[in-house]
Amino acid sequence: MEALLSNVDWPEIGIASWDTLVMVGMSLLFSVLAGLPIGVLLFLTGKRQLLEQPVAYAVLSFVVNVLRSVPFIILLIVMIPFTVMLIGTSLGVAGAIPPLVAGGAPFFARLVETSLREVDRGIIEATQAMGASVRQIIFGALLPEALPGIIAGITVTAITLVSYAAMSGVIGGGGLGDLAIRFGYQRFQTDVMVITVALLVIFVQVLQMVGDRLVLYFSRK
Amino acid sequence: MIVFDQVQKSYQVGGRAIPALHPTDMTIETGEVFGIVGHSGAGKSTLVRLINLLEPPTDGNILIDGENITRYNATELRAFRRKVGMIFQHFNLLSSKTVSDNIAFPMKLAGIYSKAEIRDRVQELLARVSLTDHATKYPSQLSGGQKQRVGIARALACRPTILLCDEATSALDPQTTQSVLRLLAEINKELGLTIVLITHEMDVVRRVCDRVAVMDGGRVVEMGAVSDVFLHPKHPTTRDFVFESESIDSQERQEDLQKANGRILRLTFKGESTYQPLLGSVARASGVDFSILSGRIDHIKDTPYGQLTLSLVGGDLAVAMNALEAADVHVEVLR
Repeated sequence: MEALLSNVDWPEIGIASWDTLVMVGMSLLFSVLAGLPIGVLLFLTGKRQLLEQPVAYAVLSFVVNVLRSVPFIILLIVMIPFTVMLIGTSLGVAGAIPPLVAGGAPFFARLVETSLREVDRGIIEATQAMGASVRQIIFGALLPEALPGIIAGITVTAITLVSYAAMSGVIGGGGLGDLAIRFGYQRFQTDVMVITVALLVIFVQVLQMVGDRLVLYFSRK
Repeated sequence: MIVFDQVQKSYQVGGRAIPALHPTDMTIETGEVFGIVGHSGAGKSTLVRLINLLEPPTDGNILIDGENITRYNATELRAFRRKVGMIFQHFNLLSSKTVSDNIAFPMKLAGIYSKAEIRDRVQELLARVSLTDHATKYPSQLSGGQKQRVGIARALACRPTILLCDEATSALDPQTTQSVLRLLAEINKELGLTIVLITHEMDVVRRVCDRVAVMDGGRVVEMGAVSDVFLHPKHPTTRDFVFESESIDSQERQEDLQKANGRILRLTFKGESTYQPLLGSVARASGVDFSILSGRIDHIKDTPYGQLTLSLVGGDLAVAMNALEAADVHVEVLR
C-alpha cells in the first residue's frame, strides 16, 4: 500500500480537497445569487410572460449566451484582468472564484428559466385571479412551484463547477485539479492522479445524491 | 350586477386583429347562476376572463355593481380581483402547498387578514367542502373531485361576491360532476353569490343555471332563462347543444318523424302540469288517437318538465290542442 502510493502527500491532498470544496462552495453560492434573479428575469421578460419585454430579453439572453459560448478554459484566461481588478489577484482559491461565477451563473440562470417555464400557466393565472402582484406571483407561486427544478439545477451547476474548478488549476487556481495537473500529469505521478480523480468522483457522487434527495423531498407532484 | 356594454376583444396575430368576442351587450343579475355554453373556440373562455380582467377588453365597458372596472388602476384591480373567486378545469392548485395552505393562499396575498382569521376561515371552508380530514395533504394525493373542492374553498376564501367557473366540471366523471354542481348550487343559495359558469355541456346548464347565453363564433347567439332556451331553442347551435344533451341524433329523429302517421306535435309540460294525467282525458274529449314517438321527463334546476313528441290520428285536432293549451302545456306543431 505504502509503495503503491509512494508519491501521495496526504496533507497536500487534504489541503487541495479543502480548496476544491471552498472554490465550489463559494462559486456555487455566488452563481446561485447572481443566476437566480437573472433566470427569473429571463423568464418574466420572455414571450407571452408576465413582463414581456422583447428588447430586455434579447439583451439579457445575448449576454448569457456569450458567457456560455466561451469555452471555460478561455474564460479563465480572458477573466484574469477583471479578477485582478476585483480582488487583487488572479491566483489561488480566491482568484479562481470570479471566473467560476462567470461560468456558473449564466449556466444556472438558463436552468432557472427552464424550470420556471415548466410551472403550469394555469397556476400563474389562478394566482393573478386572486389579485396577486407580480412580486407575489414570483415569490408566492412561481419559485415554490419550481423549487424541485431549481434544486436539480443547483446540483447540475455544482457538478459543473467541480469540473470548472479542476480546470482553474491551469491558471494557478489550486485545489485537486491543480494537484492532478502538476503532479499526476506533469510529473507522471500516476498514483496522485488516481487519488485526485477518485476524490473528485466521490465528491460528484455525493453532490448528486444530496441533490436528488432534496429534489425528492420538495417534490409534491 | 355585471353589465357588458359593447364589450369586444380581439387578439393581434401577426399584425392582424383576430376577433375573439364581437361587440356584446349582456347583463348578469346579482345572485343568479349564469351559464355560458359554447363549443371550444366560441369565445366563452375569453368572455369569462373579461369579468376579472385576466383578459382586458379591446373596447367597451364592463360595469360591476355600477363601477367601470376597465378604468381601474393596478392597485384597484388587485383589490377588485379579491372579490371575484375563480375555479378552473384543471384546478390550478399549487402543488407545493397543502390543502390548508392552498385555501389560505388568497388571504395571505391580500395581506389584510390576521393569522387567527386565516386559520379560522380555512377551518370553516374545509368543513363546507367536506375536506377537514385532508387538510394537511398535498393536491397530488387527492382525487379530481376533491381537488375541485379545494379550488372552490380557495375561491371563496376572501368572501367574493362573484364566482367564475371555467369548465369547472369538464375534467370530472359524471358522479363527481353531480356533487360539485350540487356544492355550487348550495353556495349560490346560501351565500347569495353570483356564479358565472362556462361549459360545453348543456346538462351542466340544465342542472344549476338560472339563465344561459349560447355562444358561437365569438357572438352570443341566444340568451334567456334556461327553461326557455332549453325547451324552445331557436338558434341552430342551441338546438345542437340541447339535442346533444338528450343524446338525440337529429338525423335519426327526422327519419322517425317521417315514418309516423298523421299530425306530429311536440308538447312541453313545465312545473305542476308535468304530473297531470292529461293525455288520456284529452284523447277521450277530442277523439284523437295518439302514439308517443319520443319523450322525457327531467328537471331544469328545481323545476320538473316533460317533453313528448306525439303523432295524432283522427278526431278533432283543434279541440285537443285547445284542451292542452288550457292545461298550460306548450304545443308545437312539427308537421
